[in-house]
Amino acid sequence: MRALPFLLIAILVAAATFGTARLIGNSYVFFAGYVVLQYIVLATAWNILGGYTGYVNFGTAAFLALGAYSSVVIHKLMPMPIPVLIVVGGLVSGIVGLGMGYLTLRLRGSFFSIATLALSVVVQTLIINWDFVGGSRGAYIVRPRTTPLLGMDYVQYLFLVMLTLAVIAVFTARCIERSRLGYGFAAIRDDEAAAEASGVPTLRLKLLATTLSGAFMGMAGAPLPYYVTYIDPSSGFSLAYAVNAIAMPLIGGTASWLGPVIGAVLLGTLQQVTTVTISSALNLLIVGVVLVAFVIVAPNGLIGLVRGTGRGMRR
Amino acid sequence: MDFSFDLFGNAILSGLLLGGFYAAVTIGVSISFGMLDIVNIAHPAFIILGSYIAYTANSLLGIDPILASLIALPAFYWLGMAIYQIYHVAFERRGDEALRGLAFFFGLLFITEVSLVLVFGVDYRTVEAVYIGPSIHLGPVDLPLRLLVPFVVSLGLIGLLQLFLSRTFLGRAILAVAQDQLALRLMGADPVRIKRIAFGLSLATASVAGAILIIIQPVEPSIARDYIGRIFAICVMGGLGSFYGTVVAALTLGIVESLTSTFYGPSWTPAVGFGFLLLTLAVRPAGIFGR
Repeated sequence: MRALPFLLIAILVAAATFGTARLIGNSYVFFAGYVVLQYIVLATAWNILGGYTGYVNFGTAAFLALGAYSSVVIHKLMPMPIPVLIVVGGLVSGIVGLGMGYLTLRLRGSFFSIATLALSVVVQTLIINWDFVGGSRGAYIVRPRTTPLLGMDYVQYLFLVMLTLAVIAVFTARCIERSRLGYGFAAIRDDEAAAEASGVPTLRLKLLATTLSGAFMGMAGAPLPYYVTYIDPSSGFSLAYAVNAIAMPLIGGTASWLGPVIGAVLLGTLQQVTTVTISSALNLLIVGVVLVAFVIVAPNGLIGLVRGTGRGMRR
Repeated sequence: MDFSFDLFGNAILSGLLLGGFYAAVTIGVSISFGMLDIVNIAHPAFIILGSYIAYTANSLLGIDPILASLIALPAFYWLGMAIYQIYHVAFERRGDEALRGLAFFFGLLFITEVSLVLVFGVDYRTVEAVYIGPSIHLGPVDLPLRLLVPFVVSLGLIGLLQLFLSRTFLGRAILAVAQDQLALRLMGADPVRIKRIAFGLSLATASVAGAILIIIQPVEPSIARDYIGRIFAICVMGGLGSFYGTVVAALTLGIVESLTSTFYGPSWTPAVGFGFLLLTLAVRPAGIFGR
């Protein structure tokens, strides 16, 4: 499928999703749906770096929180429309991703992963000690009374924004996959030394992947303060974001754009259901167990299982 | 805050004691990450597990936490061997350590932490022992036994491990597998078996480290994450797998953290370890004391 038809189909699917949610008419659908859509963006963003180039990022929460806290800062200085906040959040997280990558990507892969864990704690400590954004007490955000689109309440508007972002993220991931860039990423993942020797500019490509991945995570985080209306460091930097962003692509399958989407929809919906019906601690345990089970038993995810026990799946 | 030499001296001393404890916390990762090249980011979670075992034995049966950790030691050793076996079969043999192996350990970290939350809740837990409370006074400086006992236990543990590695056949085989697996195989030894034992040992240290952690500070499940940065910072700074390097790096970090806490406030200390780590990775990834 060419890029343009794919984009049209993606938009159609998104429109159908929104239409269905409107038909159900229950505001909880939008509330829960927002979280699932946010996970589609996060999982896709993680997969651009983790799935395509093979570098594991444990710092999803840090990038997301950077986006969220950029919004808090702007909200305190001068409230702006959410699309502007998304662009700013994406820029901030993208730049931090670039800096991170520049510091650590010349080393072995595991150092990068450990450094991303470190990044979470450093950024969290900075936020805790920064009184302007509420420090460890957190910050309240008062939503604007009106939405830019008529006839919609605010959660519906946020849902629509996140839906658009999800379409953009998935479309970007698919474009990367089918381009020279994607083949460069895959070469790095399969054998970095060989890629370097055949003239693939590995460092530049890795930096590009880290920046892009970080930027999407920041964009996903930018509307978060308006969604929860109260944000504090321990919820913004929750380890649940990091573990979900890793678990979802690995469960779906990391080799294609579809994997993170499948993983996010399945695991995201499951968590929304179990949080309501059982308990939130237990549902995190389920995510952990499912993640470990999948990496051991089904290394190529659900897509790999469907395509015949994962043989020949690795391009 | 006013600068005073008493305060400074006390900060340096408690930093040294704290650093000795950090060395015990790190030594397991120095074996697994430094020697075996297995990025066990779940190690801190197993340390917290050790803390809770010491806590349970202490509060239910009144056993001394360090004694309890020694009793639990074999269980940790076997757990470590079992984890290595799974890791080897599922990831190492497939050449898939980088992406899925890391995700596996991250999953273990998460499962251990959430299970502890489900069983014990998120309240801080402490233990009781005779050496928690009293201090030795040396002129203007205080030596709290609560820090001194862990310091001594920690250096004892590392000394024993060092003796084991340098004097026994098995220990030398572990050092050899760190250097050249193929050569070890040519000598007729099975590198997988040696690595399994080494990983078991690495996890066994978590039992003792957990016990002395809960002596030093109250413990709740999520503090494992604060230790990830410290541990890997020390391990990388110490030059991956060098015990002497680990001890020196741990003492350095302990002193810097203690000074930060005294003169800037304790809310900044988590960033110190991670800052050190980022700096080391950026400037000298072979470690300050590395080869």
